[in-house]
Amino acid sequence: MENWKKKKIGPNNPTKTVSKPEPEPEPNADIWSFITERSTKSWFLCISLFAVLIRLAVSLHPYSGAQTPPKFGDYEAQRHWMEITVNLPVKEWYRNSSSNDLGYWGLDYPPLTGYQSYLHGTLLKFFDPASVALFTSRGYESYLGYADYSMLYFVTVYYSGKPTGDRSSMAWHTIMILLNPCLILIDHGHFQYNCISLGLTVAAVAAILSDRDLVGSLLFCLALNHKQMSAYYAPAFFAYLFGKCLKRQNPILEISKLGLVVLGTFALVWWPYLHSVDGVLEVLSRLAPFERGIYEDYVANFWCTTSIAVKWKRLFTTQSMKLLSLTATVSTCLPSMIQLIRSPTRRGFLLGLINCSLSFYLFSFQVHEKSILLPILPASLLAFEEPFVFQWLIYYALLSMFPLLRRDDLVLPYAALYALFVLLYYAPRGRKDDAKKTLSFYSILQVVAFACSLFLHIIYLNITPPDKYPFLFEAVIMIFCFSQFVLISIYLNTRQWALTKNSSRPDTKKKRL
Amino acid sequence: MKTPPPNNRPQIGGVWWPALVAAAVKLLLIPSYRSTDFEVHRHWLALTHSLPLSQWYSDATSEWTLDYPPFFAYFEKFLSFFASKVDPTMADVHRGLNYASPPAILFQRLSVILSDVVLVYASHRLTKGGNFGCAQRLLIWCLVIWSPGLLIVDHMHFQYNGFLLGILLLSISFLEEGRDLIGGFVFAVLLCFKHLFAVAAPVYFVYLFRHYCNGGLVKGFARLVVMGSAVLAVFAAAYGPFWYYGQIQQVLHRMFPFGRGLCHAYWAPNFWVFYIILDKCLAFSLVKLGFDIQAPTASFTGGLVGDSSPFAVLPTITPLITFVTVILAISPCLVKAWRNPQPKMVSKWISYAYTCGFLFGWHVHEKASLHFVIPLAATSLRSAEDARHYFYLSIVSCYSLFPLLFEAQEYPIKVVLLLLHSLVMFFGFSSIFPRSISTTATAVKGGRDNNNKQETPTFYIGWFGKFYLLGLLCIEIWGQFLHRIVFGDRFPFLPLMMISIYSAIGMMYSWIWQLRMISLSH
Repeated sequence: MENWKKKKIGPNNPTKTVSKPEPEPEPNADIWSFITERSTKSWFLCISLFAVLIRLAVSLHPYSGAQTPPKFGDYEAQRHWMEITVNLPVKEWYRNSSSNDLGYWGLDYPPLTGYQSYLHGTLLKFFDPASVALFTSRGYESYLGYADYSMLYFVTVYYSGKPTGDRSSMAWHTIMILLNPCLILIDHGHFQYNCISLGLTVAAVAAILSDRDLVGSLLFCLALNHKQMSAYYAPAFFAYLFGKCLKRQNPILEISKLGLVVLGTFALVWWPYLHSVDGVLEVLSRLAPFERGIYEDYVANFWCTTSIAVKWKRLFTTQSMKLLSLTATVSTCLPSMIQLIRSPTRRGFLLGLINCSLSFYLFSFQVHEKSILLPILPASLLAFEEPFVFQWLIYYALLSMFPLLRRDDLVLPYAALYALFVLLYYAPRGRKDDAKKTLSFYSILQVVAFACSLFLHIIYLNITPPDKYPFLFEAVIMIFCFSQFVLISIYLNTRQWALTKNSSRPDTKKKRL
Repeated sequence: MKTPPPNNRPQIGGVWWPALVAAAVKLLLIPSYRSTDFEVHRHWLALTHSLPLSQWYSDATSEWTLDYPPFFAYFEKFLSFFASKVDPTMADVHRGLNYASPPAILFQRLSVILSDVVLVYASHRLTKGGNFGCAQRLLIWCLVIWSPGLLIVDHMHFQYNGFLLGILLLSISFLEEGRDLIGGFVFAVLLCFKHLFAVAAPVYFVYLFRHYCNGGLVKGFARLVVMGSAVLAVFAAAYGPFWYYGQIQQVLHRMFPFGRGLCHAYWAPNFWVFYIILDKCLAFSLVKLGFDIQAPTASFTGGLVGDSSPFAVLPTITPLITFVTVILAISPCLVKAWRNPQPKMVSKWISYAYTCGFLFGWHVHEKASLHFVIPLAATSLRSAEDARHYFYLSIVSCYSLFPLLFEAQEYPIKVVLLLLHSLVMFFGFSSIFPRSISTTATAVKGGRDNNNKQETPTFYIGWFGKFYLLGLLCIEIWGQFLHRIVFGDRFPFLPLMMISIYSAIGMMYSWIWQLRMISLSH
């Protein structure tokens, strides 16, 4: 049923007109019109119900660490946080003590996550006290722990969707955003709450795109305080807002207003820890786990990929590694930041978000596979304008997470969601607007790359690697994805800069007029 | 105006698209709850794999003896060929008992998903004709392929209804095209897959006799012979081998176990629910009035134990009574089919026959409501009235299937499925029968059957429908939340009983509506 949603009103006739029996409408025209022709609410309702259905179905599958004592997995981590936050006073949440063993899934996200766990835990305590009892509940598994905060994500997407183009394309676009397979797999399969911080980010982007900068920065600060990973977006937010303020009449005033909002939000969220410097440092040290090394597992970023040739961990100390990765990250973010400051356009902002978060993914310290979700989010917001890049990014993001998901026994939902994404992407639409894709060179490249990735999937599933290199295939997948991400990053950076050239021309013309 | 569909190609592709999306969702549902039917089918698979044909219907290793007709057994045999490659244990009669390894589950679930190809093809065939616009086609495909009832019963609860209903739709599509011989042949095949479909046999018989075997005595007789031999050939192929081994009696005994009770463990929402309730009420009030009424010792579900009746006051119901009632209920449509056999009514008649079988049959299972809900989908776009009826019916039928999935983790899934289905129906129907005041012809674009021009082609739910659906919501809320608060652990059967009775009201409405439409049609 959901299929309906897929949209695409044919450009020509809104068939529904009740005129005389006309010649049959073009077979391809506007088959989804019966959903899309009504109000925005109707198709949004259908799409989001479908998205909920998919999420519910995915959550039937195993989650990370199901039935694997002693440490279980991310599901247990979330549950443990509820246990901690419900039973201990706020100040002790991040402190190692006899009742709070930080070695066992200590809270390592910012305070907002703590508050959310607290709320959620309180609720759970009401229904099932055993699940959050201190200590005794470790490894407790039940379906009760499952709460779907994606609603937040939906609602924000809904509002962010509002201002754009015609309904049927919006419907398709909304599907692309809501049925992002990577996010569903990580949040509902692997089990995490990325949808909250990502939803807040979408809301922030939407607010900023509709010129409510203050609201936008408030929301973004909340996102930042839910998962520190949202910092990947910070450069783009900063650059865009800064650039926009500079264009205003009174830059200083605008900037200080934004600054106040940001500081205020932070102060509010961090209030319980602000009483002493120690308190703040305690939390901060939990948030930045530098002791875990520059990379873990086989994540498709620069450090991990090049470590095959260069043994970074041996060559440098953690301290210098930190500096090195910081420099690399900042320098790769710079081009897009500069572009944003110089000409802050809406499209540039979205491109900048992708570019900055990709640089972070590729070069920052201690990146996890799931961090690829961050570049995907703005890419999905641009799915309509840049369908090609979006699709490309999704395919390889999925591939890069494949080893992780396989460990969680999520191959089946992985395959189903992969297929679903391809199907929805190529949903029959009225128009043939996809035909004139991007350069054919890229299309060929895409086909070749896609074939490779299919091949890799099959190999990875079916062939046991040689004893000497047990992680051979993971490494191959990683290198392959890394190369794709770098390509995407370069391509998108050029797109963003091309924007300056295009937009500066009309601008200068206007000035001349 | 039979404009042939301008280009067929995109449309063939068209049906696969919703089907593939459906398949992706079905894949996601693989780990959901599965009923004992899973073990039933696994056992049949093992049975047909490890035992010679002569023992298929006499083996009693498991309580789940083979009780479907031979074609289904052959089908299981076919599956077992692959199953034994995937996981030999699952195809072993003794070692495989209650066996459910991940590969076995995956294999069985995939076999259901793959066999749905028949359903997809049938729904494509059904909508091939010139009287469907693009949007209509898509809507029908999605009503059939995405039917929440099928998803619940086949892909969660576990059964192979999708492909059996596919065969039924295939047969209907041939009849609608006027290809009676092959339509009858396909129906005979279906009967050899699952004999429960035989309820529509009288309709088939009368229709084929009057529509196919006409044109004079000689030609008619010749055609009767042709049709008869086609059907006989099918039955010979199915039952011949068992006849050869002298098993035929045993086969029939297994297929018709009348030892079961009038109702299934959970009362299917049919007419007998009212009968039982009436009996209870009467007994209760008579006792209050001082009469001495024996509490019945037998139960409705357990079968006829000795001579005792499960009813306290009213006369007991025997299989023969249900049989006669079903025939009586079907008879108006048999008369219509006899007088004026027309292809375009055939799917309605068949659905009506299944409705009667569902309402008045012996030991009916709630899943049987799919037998008429799915075929009716194809005719739901003929008029706004049809659409409205289908809208209620499919909601009621899906809701009555809810008790099949009772575990907490599937609860939100079934609710979302039903909501989504109702929304799509609502939006789809109201866009095909829009509200605006039009005089003609929006109902069916280029359709052959714009008979009822006087009826305004508008889709609306109406006060009765709204009231009924609201009641449905109340029943659900009561069953899920309020009941536990008000009664605690007492009366655990009450919520299910309420669902059953309330759905039965909806089913009765649907039956009366269908009966009325059939008697009014020309």
